[in-house]
Amino acid sequence: MLDAILILSTIGLILGAILGWAAVRYRVQDDPLVEKIDAVLPQTQCGQCGYPGCKPYAEAIAKGEADINLCPPGGAEGIERLAELLGVEPKPLGEGLEVKAKAIAIIDESTCIGCTLCIQACPVDAIVGAAKQMHVIVAEQCTGCELCLPPCPVDCIHMVTETENIQTWKWPYPVFALKSVAEKAAV
Amino acid sequence: MTALFNFPGGIHPPEHKTESNGTPIRALPLLPHYVVPLSQHLGKPAKPCVSVGERVSGGQMIGTPEAGVSAAIHAPTSGRVSAIEARPIAHSSGLNGLCIVIDSDGEDASITTLPPPHEDREAQLARLRTMGLAGLGGAVFPTHIKLAPGRHENWPLLILNGAECEPWITCDDRLMREHAEAILDGAQLIQNLIGAGQILVGIEANKPEAIAALRHAADTASRSHITICPVPTLYPMGGGKQLTYALTGRTTPSGGRTTDVGVQMFNVGTAYALQRAIRHGEPLTRRIVTVTGAVNTPGNYEARIGTPIAALIAAAGGRTSAAHGTLIGGPMMGFDLASDEAPVSKMVNCILVKDSQNFPPPAQVLPCIRCGACARACPVSLQPFEMHWYARAHDFGKVQSFKLFDCIECGCCDYVCPSHIPLVSFFRYAKSEIWAREQEKDAADRARVRHEFRSFRLEREKMEKAAKHAAAAKAKTESAPTPAAMPAADPEATRKKAILAAAMARATEARKAIVPKNTEGLPADKVREISEIESRRASLLQSVHDSIVKEEEEESSPAQKEAP
Repeated sequence: MLDAILILSTIGLILGAILGWAAVRYRVQDDPLVEKIDAVLPQTQCGQCGYPGCKPYAEAIAKGEADINLCPPGGAEGIERLAELLGVEPKPLGEGLEVKAKAIAIIDESTCIGCTLCIQACPVDAIVGAAKQMHVIVAEQCTGCELCLPPCPVDCIHMVTETENIQTWKWPYPVFALKSVAEKAAV
Repeated sequence: MTALFNFPGGIHPPEHKTESNGTPIRALPLLPHYVVPLSQHLGKPAKPCVSVGERVSGGQMIGTPEAGVSAAIHAPTSGRVSAIEARPIAHSSGLNGLCIVIDSDGEDASITTLPPPHEDREAQLARLRTMGLAGLGGAVFPTHIKLAPGRHENWPLLILNGAECEPWITCDDRLMREHAEAILDGAQLIQNLIGAGQILVGIEANKPEAIAALRHAADTASRSHITICPVPTLYPMGGGKQLTYALTGRTTPSGGRTTDVGVQMFNVGTAYALQRAIRHGEPLTRRIVTVTGAVNTPGNYEARIGTPIAALIAAAGGRTSAAHGTLIGGPMMGFDLASDEAPVSKMVNCILVKDSQNFPPPAQVLPCIRCGACARACPVSLQPFEMHWYARAHDFGKVQSFKLFDCIECGCCDYVCPSHIPLVSFFRYAKSEIWAREQEKDAADRARVRHEFRSFRLEREKMEKAAKHAAAAKAKTESAPTPAAMPAADPEATRKKAILAAAMARATEARKAIVPKNTEGLPADKVREISEIESRRASLLQSVHDSIVKEEEEESSPAQKEAP
């Protein structure tokens, strides 16, 4: 009887010690849910959701402060993926928000006065330039957030929608008639 | 004779080879215009290195390869560059692509310096990088990358692919019959470049003349390591992995290439082009194209890259009255051509004009009955009926778990499906969607990293500024100017200020004295406009005045400048 109690409590103590050590050693610093939500968000950093970037929005969703339907660049598909991740029902995009076609910002170089205001506004440092020097947007890094448009004092930045070309073309979803109505009618 | 292995699945579609393989390869007359697409190969398009109006010689490089996977393009004949613009090209999308248009001058002059034959391996590789070679079997992967040093350690075996399993196409057949010697010479050049020990040439048994021609060419002492291997006529024998298995019994691992099992493969057309490039210094500016189907004189033509497809069809006697629509490539893997104006590019191996007898309109698509015929026909042992289900439901994760990316899009499943479901179209759709998503994900990850770095940078700058201010404030309290020093600077400052004030007053007086001569009797709106301008000017003057005063003050007490 005493042996059994001793053996079981020793095992319990050893396992408890291992678990306690593992809890300290493998502690997860950040909330993993925030990381997961952040991975689903499109990282445009546009702030249309009302939060200053994708990470703060992810944190707000994780805390339950924000709804999942506030991200226009993610679109319906983004909402669906968030809903799947969080185990909630998908819902339509929030009021006043609209999905726009993917576009990138272009600076009209002849009107740019080199004020650097857009450089300060760009959330991903995609604008190159210096004071009183012409600025240019690195197209590959532009997320199309439109945050550089309002600060420009001479309105020299405009958005250009991406057009389909050989490089970006995708095979379409196959479409075929389920019933040949004309044939049936002829018969 | 090596042992042969049977890969799973495969089909026997009607061959239709005799329509076009009976006549020798014909050359086309020189045309007035050539339209050379910049994107003819897998990877990034070439970058134009000529400008509109420039004169070019035949074989001159007109597009340089971009970094990474890309190939050069060359002028097909001598003439003048008349445009660099988007034109219809032979692409499954039917979209226009950037092309260089060359107006021929009729002289057909080639670049004059014919280089000597290169024996040195490095020199040959360097030469090939500028020759614009790409796999002519249809995949158009840049050849110089396949041959690049450092990648050939474990390729003891070189296979030349002359299977040409796709129905209707006979360009490789005719090439092997007519240029067997050059093909084997090219194969030996490749062998030296990649250090292979043995060469196998796989040819489907339905091409006895080509087999005989190559055997004859291989029948010398210096070519004892070359084996000509007839393989059974079974579609898709010409697939790289299928031919490798048939000849060696080696199975390419899922997601891998034939190089993973020690086999490097080149199309016979590529070997021929490589031989021309190294022995004769000719870049890839022409290729053999089969023109067949509903044309009056089907056959094979040696077409310059950039020849409009309409000109090739005209050379083949034009369309018959039954013709409707045109395919680029064969009936199994080809795609519909959107415009006859599109030019021949490096990937165009066949122009197949359809007629309603051989190409009836697509049958009614019925629901999948899960008969499994597609799985039995699949040469890669996939389960197309399962993949179709998930691709149709846009469930891309699931369709990938059925090894979607091992699908070679051969079309066997489409061919055998009793419900006529366009399975390959679904797989292509799923593949391109997955690629697009991966690209989007990469872009999002890059944006996240950049945004995080920016946040970090702003924070750092803030800290640095705060530290600087703290240091300045500390320095100020330590070495505060003694009260005695302040008045010493004062008289000088007040004197300067007085001079400035006097000057400003004089200027104001002088301005008041000036009466504009053209401001009398103006309409009310003009007067208002002038008064607005004047008020702006006054505020500007005031700000200039203020800044001068401020500068004076700062000059008199430099310690204040440092303070926030």
